[in-house]
Amino acid sequence: MSQGIAFYAIFFAAIFTNNILLTNYLGMCSFLAVSREVKTSTGLGMAVVFVMTVTSVLNWLAYRYILLPLDLTYLRYIVFIVIIAAFVQLLEMIIERVSDTLYSALGIFLPLITVNCAILGVSLFMVIRKYTLLQSFFYGLGSGIGWALAIIAMAGIRQKMAKARIPKGLAGAGITLIIAGIMALAFMGFSGMIKIT
Amino acid sequence: MTVAIQLLIGIGAICGVSTVLAIITVIADATIANYGDVKIRINDDKEVVVSGGRPLLGSLMEQKIFIPSACGGRGSCGLCKVKVTSDAGDYLPTELPWISEEEKKQNIRLSCQLKIKKDIAIQIPEELFNVKEYITEVASLRDLTYDIKEATLKLIEPGEIKLRAGQYIQFQVPEYELSKESIYRAYSVASQPSVTDRVELEIRLVPNGICTTYVFNHLKEGERITINGPYGEFFLRESEREIVFIAGGSGMAPIKAILYDMREKGIKRKATYFFGARAVKDLFLVEEMRELESSLEGFTFIPALSEPSESDRWEGETGLITEVLDRHIGTGDDTEAYLCGSPGMIDASVKVLTEKGIPEELIYYDKFA
Repeated sequence: MSQGIAFYAIFFAAIFTNNILLTNYLGMCSFLAVSREVKTSTGLGMAVVFVMTVTSVLNWLAYRYILLPLDLTYLRYIVFIVIIAAFVQLLEMIIERVSDTLYSALGIFLPLITVNCAILGVSLFMVIRKYTLLQSFFYGLGSGIGWALAIIAMAGIRQKMAKARIPKGLAGAGITLIIAGIMALAFMGFSGMIKIT
Repeated sequence: MTVAIQLLIGIGAICGVSTVLAIITVIADATIANYGDVKIRINDDKEVVVSGGRPLLGSLMEQKIFIPSACGGRGSCGLCKVKVTSDAGDYLPTELPWISEEEKKQNIRLSCQLKIKKDIAIQIPEELFNVKEYITEVASLRDLTYDIKEATLKLIEPGEIKLRAGQYIQFQVPEYELSKESIYRAYSVASQPSVTDRVELEIRLVPNGICTTYVFNHLKEGERITINGPYGEFFLRESEREIVFIAGGSGMAPIKAILYDMREKGIKRKATYFFGARAVKDLFLVEEMRELESSLEGFTFIPALSEPSESDRWEGETGLITEVLDRHIGTGDDTEAYLCGSPGMIDASVKVLTEKGIPEELIYYDKFA
């Protein structure tokens, strides 16, 4: 059972050994589309960190206090998605109102991640693995950071690659997927160090 | 029975969650995302009021001002660029891939990404702002020569047109025996911009031409005709250079508009107008041009005939337009040229002009293909 796993173990595992992007391959579409520049990738990464952390907590509460007591756990997909979408929309409105700088750095990416599967994936994994609220919080935070780390690393590589001569047939998404695969191999080196399920 | 209860609870829970979230979102939309009305000032002469907080592109569209866009506002085509002259905040990361350094200096923004939260001033090309469909009525038809007619169309709805001297409109030919569906043909406007309630067109008969045949054989005074426009980049550039105008046939139209416009605006640049025709029967508006010579300082009109007949008793210039040009134009690069006529005439004339040292980028033309 997962009760015993320390929250910091889950936190580090989510970043390195069980990186949601590189081991589960979730959140690929925005990973491929917005990884051209380090600056924009950082913005998107930060947005994902924030949304993942908060939605995992919100979804944990909804699961624990609405779905479980009513025996409606099979509705978790719908409920989680609706909560994520509403939260992201609300967040975008608030950020846009409060600060232009923050909106430009972070808010603009929010619509892109409303339907990001990595975010839904985090909520579903935490339910499957029966995490506590604290564990879920750190799992969300860690997964977000792991995702951000992967996309920023990818953007760094792609920025260098812009100057490289890539075979025509591989340019764009092709070479990006190959690089993502090699990065995943590298992250596999961490696997087995921490057990989180 | 238990299944039914389960179902009801399930539906109730989904509805409950959704309702709560929907209420929160609606309240947020009405409070947090409510920016009130904002004003968009366009080209310093028009102002529209829209509700704030939404992208510029869509807000303009609502006001029937259409910025070209291919992707429908998702920021993936980069076409909907608009120059913003007031402070509209920093560039968003979603705009940057489409904006060059040069455009950044001019504060050109991607209108589908730029949300307007406060009053804003923008510059858009006049023609975007202006292209409209006009219902007109044929006010008069007049023979300028045996094969050129002047048609004056009075604007009914909208009642006014704003254009630059030298631009053209599209004339909608209704279906008739030569065409199964209505088609559009472009004609330069011969009336100057200060004439806003009508457009004058000069239409030359082209054997079997769909539009010209219609105009010559069917069009009647009082008939309703639909046009749209204005379009085109053929207008006088601002400079102090000497001007050479060259036209043939109905190519007279945009040049005439430019000349009358120059007189009204008091533009006194040295200008020479070469008009090529075959014989005297092909010349028209000669008196108007002679009159301009006295009322427009620096202006000279040089009609040239290639095949004057005996009975013409022609004492003016003779020969092909290229020969006449060659005789009259000195060498030098401080001249601008504006040409309007058949492709053959334009190509031959451009050759002479460049040989005389006029840079190609200072030669502007409207080809009648």
